[in-house]
Amino acid sequence: MKPPPFTYHAPRDVGAALRTLAQVRGKVLAGGQSLIPLMNMRLAAPEHLVDINRIGSLSAVDASPAGVRVGALVRHSDAEHAGAHPLLTRALRLVAHPVIRNRGTVVGSLVHADPAAELPAVLAVLDGTVRVARWDGRAVERDVPAREFFTGPLESAVQPGELAVSAYFPALGPRTGTAFEEVARRHGDYALAGVCAVVTLDDDARVTAARVACVGVGPVPVVVDVTAACEGADGADTDSAGTGGERADRGWADAARAVQEETEPESDVHASAAYRRHLVGVLAERALRNAAREGTAARGA
Amino acid sequence: MEHEITLVVNGATRRVEVPARRLLSDCLRHDLGLTGTHVGCEHGVCGCCTVLLDGRPVRSCLTFAVTVDGQEITTVEGLAREGATREGGGSERPSRIHEAEAMDTALSPVQRAFAECHGLQCGFCTPGFLCTVTAFLRENPAPSDDEIVEGIAGNLCRCTGYQNIVKAVHRAAELLAEER
Repeated sequence: MKPPPFTYHAPRDVGAALRTLAQVRGKVLAGGQSLIPLMNMRLAAPEHLVDINRIGSLSAVDASPAGVRVGALVRHSDAEHAGAHPLLTRALRLVAHPVIRNRGTVVGSLVHADPAAELPAVLAVLDGTVRVARWDGRAVERDVPAREFFTGPLESAVQPGELAVSAYFPALGPRTGTAFEEVARRHGDYALAGVCAVVTLDDDARVTAARVACVGVGPVPVVVDVTAACEGADGADTDSAGTGGERADRGWADAARAVQEETEPESDVHASAAYRRHLVGVLAERALRNAAREGTAARGA
Repeated sequence: MEHEITLVVNGATRRVEVPARRLLSDCLRHDLGLTGTHVGCEHGVCGCCTVLLDGRPVRSCLTFAVTVDGQEITTVEGLAREGATREGGGSERPSRIHEAEAMDTALSPVQRAFAECHGLQCGFCTPGFLCTVTAFLRENPAPSDDEIVEGIAGNLCRCTGYQNIVKAVHRAAELLAEER
């Protein structure tokens, strides 16, 4: 359980990191909370490690009314305490344990692209972007939208020689609520299935937009726009028994079914595909209802 | 290739030559002889190797020593002294405090609470719990049961069943409050 030998690089600025990455076939080391276990178990044996922990410029959380940009060195706990984005903050509390979050980074979780991880789903449901840089005589940057960023299980659009320098999470619109619901065998474990939802309502508490992203039920976060299916659903009386309530219940159930149909869970030692499909339906309905309830409250505020 | 690094461990500056792949846990135990930090799973699950890095608990088995060059580390060996220094002003056992030797070996409030509440049996996981709880109570001096369970969720104990550990965290919070 000792990591294999590697050549260590500790650049002090982004330019130096990009030049090193352009020269050697290396892995980037940020928080190391996914990479170092993989190395300890000899599942990964990079020849070169480019440690970005000394690049202070990557530690910034820049919040604006339009959204929040999180630098590659921002630890989970720092982003959580910054509280710059409600859905991001909510999801961060579900990531592993507090001690892991003291070291792990937001951008690192995105680049690691575990299909059961929470943060890729957050980026996906918000239509966020990841800024990726490489060296080509000078630093060249490109912004990759979430739907192109996650390319497969543990695979992202970051190419060899590239460094993900920040991620951008667009702010929520007005009258919008969010929720993140998941089921894990033990608290802090990767979820068997999880759903995060963003729901926007109009002034009469009717749903005008509803999107979910599901984790653990496909090779990448599964994003489903359920606005049409949510017709009739509202945030006002999510549990009431009247006719309006029945219509609302049917709307949420239709939306949950639409989500189930879009997912392709697989069976593994932790759960069968059928169980995951069941979970994603239950969690989708719960997440949508909770997000709508929060959106209603936001509308009143 | 060896890298020369400087770590401030429990207040003392330590210079050490390590290969890049040296885990901080192994650096503390093998290079610096501080075997109080225990190594259980070596992939970040058990929490035994938790130490404080610039005051925040981290897994020393998921950290390379070279990465934390120049930073401050507190291990379980440093908690007792940290407690003793803080106790210097006034404590519930003033007679002992006069002796310099007792100062050095005085347990921190968190350590005393674990001893009082039987928060350990075999003791293997204890260094990790002590570091985690020390930092946890600094952030949250009067936690609820649920907050404690969340706070220690990343540390595994195979003996106690956790109930006495939760009690010990409450007791440590009391002891710390008395000292303040």
